[in-house]
Amino acid sequence: MDKTISFTLKVWRQRSPKEKGCFKSYQMKDIPTDTSFLEMLDILNEDLINKGEEPIVFDHDCREGICGMCSLYVNGHPHGPATGATTCQLYMRRFKDGDTITVEPWRSAGFPVIRDLMVDRSAFDKIMQAGGYTSINVGGVPDANAIPISKEKADLAMDAASCIGCGACVAACKNGSAMLFVSAKVSQLALLPQGQVEAARRAKSMLHKMDELGFGNCTNTRACEAECPKCVSISNIARLNREFIAAKLKD
Amino acid sequence: MATIDSKIPEGPLAEKWSNYKAHQKLVNPANKRKLDIIVVGSGLAGASAAATLGDLGFKVKCFCIQDSPRRAHSIAAQGGINAAKNYQNDGDSVYRLFYDTIKGGDYRSREANVYRLAEVSNNIIDQCVAQGVPFAREYGGTLANRSFGGAQVSRTFYARGQTGQQLLLGAYSALSYQVKQGNVELFTRCEMLDLVLIKDEEGKQRARGIIYRDLVTGEIKRCSAHAVVIGTGGYGNTYFLSTNAMGCNGSAAMQCYRKGAWFANPAFAQIHPTCIPVHGDKQSKLTLMSESLRNDGRIWVPKKLEDAKKLQSGELNPNDIPDEDRDFYLERRYPAFGNLVPRDVASRAAKERCDKGYGVNNTGLAVFLDFKYAIQRLGKDVVADKYGNLFDMYEEITDVNPYENPMMIFPAIHYTMGGIWVDYELETSIPGLFAIGECNFSDHGANRLGASALMQGLADGYFVLPYTIQNYLADQIQVPRFSTDRPEFEEAEKSVKEKIAKIMSIGGTRSVDSIHKELGHIMWEYVGMGRTEESLKTALKKLDDIEKVYWKELRVPGVPSTLNVELEKALRLLDFIEIGKLMAYDGLNREESCGGHFREEHQTPEGEALRHDDKFSYVACWEFKGEGKAPELLKEPLNYEFIKVQTRNYKN
Amino acid sequence: MWLIDSSIGRKVVMSVTGMALILFLTFHMAMNCVALFSEDGYRAICEFLGANWYALVGTVGLAALMVIHFIYAFWLSWQNYKARGSSRYAVTERPKTVEWSSQNMLVIGIIVCIGLFIHLINFWSKMQLVEIMGDKPADGVDLIRNTFSKWYFALVYLVWLFFIWLHLTHGFWSAIQTVGWSSKVWHKRWKVIGNVCITLLILGFASVLVLYFGKSLMA
Repeated sequence: MDKTISFTLKVWRQRSPKEKGCFKSYQMKDIPTDTSFLEMLDILNEDLINKGEEPIVFDHDCREGICGMCSLYVNGHPHGPATGATTCQLYMRRFKDGDTITVEPWRSAGFPVIRDLMVDRSAFDKIMQAGGYTSINVGGVPDANAIPISKEKADLAMDAASCIGCGACVAACKNGSAMLFVSAKVSQLALLPQGQVEAARRAKSMLHKMDELGFGNCTNTRACEAECPKCVSISNIARLNREFIAAKLKD
Repeated sequence: MATIDSKIPEGPLAEKWSNYKAHQKLVNPANKRKLDIIVVGSGLAGASAAATLGDLGFKVKCFCIQDSPRRAHSIAAQGGINAAKNYQNDGDSVYRLFYDTIKGGDYRSREANVYRLAEVSNNIIDQCVAQGVPFAREYGGTLANRSFGGAQVSRTFYARGQTGQQLLLGAYSALSYQVKQGNVELFTRCEMLDLVLIKDEEGKQRARGIIYRDLVTGEIKRCSAHAVVIGTGGYGNTYFLSTNAMGCNGSAAMQCYRKGAWFANPAFAQIHPTCIPVHGDKQSKLTLMSESLRNDGRIWVPKKLEDAKKLQSGELNPNDIPDEDRDFYLERRYPAFGNLVPRDVASRAAKERCDKGYGVNNTGLAVFLDFKYAIQRLGKDVVADKYGNLFDMYEEITDVNPYENPMMIFPAIHYTMGGIWVDYELETSIPGLFAIGECNFSDHGANRLGASALMQGLADGYFVLPYTIQNYLADQIQVPRFSTDRPEFEEAEKSVKEKIAKIMSIGGTRSVDSIHKELGHIMWEYVGMGRTEESLKTALKKLDDIEKVYWKELRVPGVPSTLNVELEKALRLLDFIEIGKLMAYDGLNREESCGGHFREEHQTPEGEALRHDDKFSYVACWEFKGEGKAPELLKEPLNYEFIKVQTRNYKN
Repeated sequence: MWLIDSSIGRKVVMSVTGMALILFLTFHMAMNCVALFSEDGYRAICEFLGANWYALVGTVGLAALMVIHFIYAFWLSWQNYKARGSSRYAVTERPKTVEWSSQNMLVIGIIVCIGLFIHLINFWSKMQLVEIMGDKPADGVDLIRNTFSKWYFALVYLVWLFFIWLHLTHGFWSAIQTVGWSSKVWHKRWKVIGNVCITLLILGFASVLVLYFGKSLMA
């Protein structure tokens, strides 16, 4: 229960988007293994504040793996070595005494660093605004049970919809591509009759926005899928490709 | 004492809302374009309100402290959303949902508001489905339902264990649509720091704008509008450890309170029975396990005290305790509802067992939630299919496999029923200031039923506020847009800057979190699950002390003119201390037990909550009287015209 | 034009040209394998193709496919390089499900191109090119025999084939994924189908090489 470990933490520190950043090393002593990774950073920050230094800035909020705010690149993996989990769900028992743990921000042209480990992911909002919705107003919609949807379709849509918008796919991709994120939303809505009405328009405009914002081209390396904390599948990318190509051929 | 007008429309209960809508004032499309509305917060309530108001044609400015509206903590709601669809043909109706909610709230909420909530609940489901929310479905293609605490019907719609996420993403997508249409402007990573009031010609103070801080640049900025809506959630983080997200705070509500908005029923805080127990003093938050687990899990502690002792010391494995030595105390005490009693009842029952020494875990502060029986009955695959993601989460956090060992759970602060006082129109006591979602006090009385928070947030945002705010704005169409150079803004900005400068200059040695933790301990100890006159008085004293500690010992490193997370937290902590005091005042005043508020002096011989309807059937509204002064109590009487007020009974 | 100004469009170009090239290789392999059984048959095929108009059209088409595939590869890589931003991770670790080849297609492709250059000098320049110039082309079987009797050529060709295998095992399912003919279930199927087909393809080429190298040892 009360097992503790000591290790070296190498953290990326960067004052602002324009200033150059560098790694700083911190010796962490006797950290209980049942603390979460972010709680471990809290401990370090508490230390730094007590010394009068500025704490390490990192994004985090719900700490239960759903808000998508936390975004640390730990030891070569977005969200760390655990699969199917966000950084906040990473516990210190995954690490060994004497380890060196390297923590970096998401690195991609689409996500500029704001400070230290905090990056700007507003590009995702812009992609959503390009078409990640059904263009309906409030009220005047049919009864929820008016259109039956097969359980299979609903489940597939739910698989896609479980994306938390954290950006790990972009961070993991050697091409800085946001295809998994875009395809998850396009897929979710294309699978449901409610979203099919404007599926073609949506696929085109979301993809164009993604391209415009400087995200890379997907080369099917599958790194996004492997690192996605919600295990969103690249079959969604295939569906996006299908939707997009069909839409373009129709034009 | 001022009389409080809650503006409840005349007529029979079932017709009040239709009557209201039929007779309210509206704003025509050309005028809507000329009216600005600020919406602070982008959770279910904020995002749905901003999207709907934008869709109607108003010019909306939506603020959130996170990097995107999609991060709001509504996203973490797991279980589901209630609606009176009666798709299961199990006897549900608008009236029953209304009745269950009033009863679940221990008869401390307004009849008319709750009835309206139940009425619009069905529209919410229709709306969300149309947005493409992938609710769970049956093989036949219709929507699936599950049961939740406090109800005998199956009326909860869900999307796996991520209902809040899906509903929020639905609202967020609607919001994104309106941003694209140019009706809504987003201000992300911006935090409201003060409310700006401007006197109209008749000398009436109206909410006309906010002062906010750009969290990235540290700049203090101004924003004006014809009306301000706050949907900034609850204040559960007063306790430091809660199921709320790290960023959840009550600061926007407190700013409104300081500007004259009444704060209602602050003592009503919900303690959720199924959270993962506290494991150490470095812990930053508590993780909730969905209430839906209580559908199939059975809650128990050992019958024998010696077994409990051995479990605590680790000498005994829970699986070695035979069924006859297990005390399924919820099933024992509440045969009719069993493990599905409302949250306050379940939490208190757990506390009762732990106080008597039957608690488990090395701290003695936990009870078992056992899936052994469900696995025997349904098979491991079915259980994994239903709860797999929750089980995985539990194992990741505790390193214990819940398929093989019973889970351990303990109550934790989860939701606050209290909040800014609003009338039937969701308008606060400040004209032009509206409060929606968890941030207001309106619908849940003294205890909220599971799956009702999502319902309320979306009801307010999609279907209530967009109507009622027009009744206010119809009179404002002649009012031109306000310049932010006005002296009112000048002054508000100045006072915000002074406050920040004061905090930065304390020059102590302690971090914000260390003081916040201390505050949390005081709150949990003295204003927690069981409160007494003495404990609440102690709390008030200790809260004064902690405020002194804050102003003497706090250290905020860095400068305010740039991103400064410690400063953000320091500003919020100050408001948490103030809320803590309000909670203690309210708890002290309410000499009865009801819902989430349990005064140990007031209980039945069986240990159930004992209400005193003759004396406390009112909404306690607290009015700010100045820094360092005690707030003043105003009472809004609760008149039950349509249902009979009774003692809550979940036994038979 | 969406094949130029959208990321999926650009990938579709890579996918379609890539698939066409795989198809060409399949024919090429089938013709080579004739040499396993009948040297005269192989000669007849060489003669049939020669510098006739259809072979020339095919050659020009192939060259166009290659050039397009090549230009797009560099273009995409340049864009992807930019999209990664100015700073790089200090520590990276490849997840288990990610193939090394998938992340290094450009490098592998360049190696394949170098091999192709050698191959063109060894064979094409002595056969079709000569014929276009109006001279009599070299005998196909002789060329095979001469080339593969030299151990260093045999080795270079084997290495080349291995890199083609790497390139195509990823390229096959990737091409199908890009045009959208994939799903969760079919992804796995396509990978198996791809691996089997490409392995057979490469084995086909390799068998001719091994046979003639073996023959040279025995001679």
